[in-house]
Amino acid sequence: MIDFGFSISKSSHINMDNVDLKLFNRLESLNPDIKTCMSCGLCTATCTAGNFTDVSFRQIILMLQRGKEKEALQKVKKCMMCGKCMLVCSRGINTRNILLSITRIYNEEQSL
Amino acid sequence: MIVEGKQKIWADYQKDIPDDHYFYVRSCIRQSFFPGSEVTFLDITRNKLNKDFYESAYHTTCGGIAYHSDSIPQETAMTIIARQFALMHECGYENYVCSCITSFGCYTETLETWHEFPELEAKIRQYLWDSCKKEFAKPKYLAHASDIIYKFRHEIAKQAKYKLVNAKTGKPLKVVEHIGCHYSKMFPSKGFGGAEYPHVLVGMIEAWGGEVVDYPERRQCCGFGFRQYLVQANRGYSISNTHKKFESMEPYEPDLIITNCPGCPYFLDRWQYVIAEQTGKTYGKNGYGIPALTYEEVAGLVMGYDPWDLGLQMHQVAIEPLLEKMGIEYDPKAKYKGLNGKNLGSPENPVNIKIV
Amino acid sequence: MKERNILIIGGGPAGMETAHQLKQLGLHPIIIERNDKLGGHLAQWDRLFPSSDDAEELLEKLKEQVEGIEVKLNTRVVNIERQGQTFHVTLSNNKTLDIDAIILCTGFDLFKAEKKQEYGYGIYNNVITNAELEKYFKTHQDERINDPKRIGFVHCVGSRDVKVNNTYCSKVCCATALKQACEIKDEFPEADVYCFYMDLRMFGKGYEDLYLKAQKDFDIKCVRGRVCEVSENMEGKLVIKAEDTLLGTPMKMTLDLLVLMCGMEKADGVERLQAMLNLNSSSDGFIENSNPFTEMNCTKEKGVFVVGSCTSPKTLPDTLSEARSAAMEVFNYLNDNGQQTTDNSL
Repeated sequence: MIDFGFSISKSSHINMDNVDLKLFNRLESLNPDIKTCMSCGLCTATCTAGNFTDVSFRQIILMLQRGKEKEALQKVKKCMMCGKCMLVCSRGINTRNILLSITRIYNEEQSL
Repeated sequence: MIVEGKQKIWADYQKDIPDDHYFYVRSCIRQSFFPGSEVTFLDITRNKLNKDFYESAYHTTCGGIAYHSDSIPQETAMTIIARQFALMHECGYENYVCSCITSFGCYTETLETWHEFPELEAKIRQYLWDSCKKEFAKPKYLAHASDIIYKFRHEIAKQAKYKLVNAKTGKPLKVVEHIGCHYSKMFPSKGFGGAEYPHVLVGMIEAWGGEVVDYPERRQCCGFGFRQYLVQANRGYSISNTHKKFESMEPYEPDLIITNCPGCPYFLDRWQYVIAEQTGKTYGKNGYGIPALTYEEVAGLVMGYDPWDLGLQMHQVAIEPLLEKMGIEYDPKAKYKGLNGKNLGSPENPVNIKIV
Repeated sequence: MKERNILIIGGGPAGMETAHQLKQLGLHPIIIERNDKLGGHLAQWDRLFPSSDDAEELLEKLKEQVEGIEVKLNTRVVNIERQGQTFHVTLSNNKTLDIDAIILCTGFDLFKAEKKQEYGYGIYNNVITNAELEKYFKTHQDERINDPKRIGFVHCVGSRDVKVNNTYCSKVCCATALKQACEIKDEFPEADVYCFYMDLRMFGKGYEDLYLKAQKDFDIKCVRGRVCEVSENMEGKLVIKAEDTLLGTPMKMTLDLLVLMCGMEKADGVERLQAMLNLNSSSDGFIENSNPFTEMNCTKEKGVFVVGSCTSPKTLPDTLSEARSAAMEVFNYLNDNGQQTTDNSL
């Protein structure tokens, strides 16, 4: 192959037609309260770990919805499970349980 | 697709341009990229349509490439433009027509800016006087050369020897139209058909017998993008844009791409070779690419000009499959012969895309 | 006291409710309506947000209330001449009326979706408007709606958009979109339904509950970001592009149906009435009222009143309560005038 010094890059568009939401749908069926997130950002604003890392519960959910699973799981790892996000969520979402579900569902898939 | 919806928009975006007496200005790069296009335009307008299209040897670049690659400030670009307007005025013309889309964008942007900020026009008038001792008059009408071919598309169809039709099957050729960004994206009312569904090339395709392909990434830029190409490290962005377009048009199996910008046919043509080298993929049939032509070249083909006189041997993508489809007679041996039969030399034969 | 004639221009909810209230107050309202039936946009609608109440039920109630009131259908105002406190009004049927007060209940026009060319309404088959979807709910006849698997709603079409010269919010589209999203999901439970919004303005009673219901019970997926362009692929499906602004990433997807939430615009022909009555427009093009707090139904011309969405986009409850307040306003105006007339005659 000829080296031109540049190459075709992947489109930055998320193509929703190619996003496989199988795992997210399983997560959602176990935790239907995810659906009620309105992206207010309270979870992220109050996050203890988020002061020093890029963990953001809001973004994790959004990324999983858009098929950015790897990035989301990287963020999940930084959570310290302190429960502050659960305390503040104005939609009453059980964030702790969802984070545990994510780890279980997506890691199971990876180990298969 | 509801064609009537588009027709309504086309009827709304018609601009008033005269049909004769133009001061014609060339593009910096088209003469080396597609050397037959501009001379064909002048031959068609002057000798086939018997119109008065005048050009001056003193015309220079409009400064558009430098402007769009951040090498000169807008005032400098405007002063260069003011000088071209001065030439037009000196030659006794009021109607200005340019070959280049980016020039057309620069001229339109300049005239609109002067309209909104007359003090800037006064400043440029002074700059022109200080630098060249010239005075300019603004053109009464500004047109892009594709507007002229669009305006006379039916006359050209009347004189046509060939159609955009598969001579064997009698079916219309499937033609992708690609409009240069600076034609009407900045000022939709300045383009035939507006910005979302421009009619300027569609009108030619339909008048000459072809069938227009409307594919999802139709509005996407060809990828030239000035700085995206001019800096080698950025060329990945340029080719990625082009690649996106080809991936999107591929299922429609287009026979031809027709363009009205200097950059677009160049990148839609040359990048097909690079894409083939990088991915092994070609978008035409049997290992060929899809020919990407200028509107003058297409007009020339339907009017029966010799393909090699039109400069079609300068395309990376082989033009022969298109000539065969249209039933155009040509001499394969004359492809790389220049004027007076002088041998131009023939290109290397790439592995991943057929060129002959 | 002689009978007081009040001309109500427009027979939609605003006009009907105002007429009813005026009649209750012992005045003589006359409704003129340019179309062949009463009801305005309400007559075209199937269900009303936030609780999907039956639009026809409300319409019937309003119609019952105007029974016995003089209604002139297929009628327009041709000319108005003012003489003191009296308006001499010529109608399109060549009849003239002597009128004591005029109330404009001229409503709104839905934004013409084809003006947003990039959405391809009238070009791409499966792009429809909120009004067309509502009509489908009423009739279940629209060949474009054929078991769609993925549906998109675009909020703010023709609103909050300087490119179409409408910088205002049309107020009703957010709630309408979520209502319609739930309704279509109800009809096609297998479909994925996306709402592309910029802000969700769920300000009224029960609206936020509608939002919650849409998310929780109907699995409506709300994406913050405006759709920038629509095109059609080989199969005739729609390809849309938008940014997920909460993630900061552009996205695209293929849809079977796209519903444009067309906002409200000044009604066609109202400028002609404004010219006859010497009324100004505010910067958004709607008729200007005297004071948004204390004289919302009054105009700078004494005896000329305004009700409902002719002054700005309004919800139905807004419009109906304005109709009631306007009736009181007109009643007081005529009483004051009556007083003056008596004084003068002395």
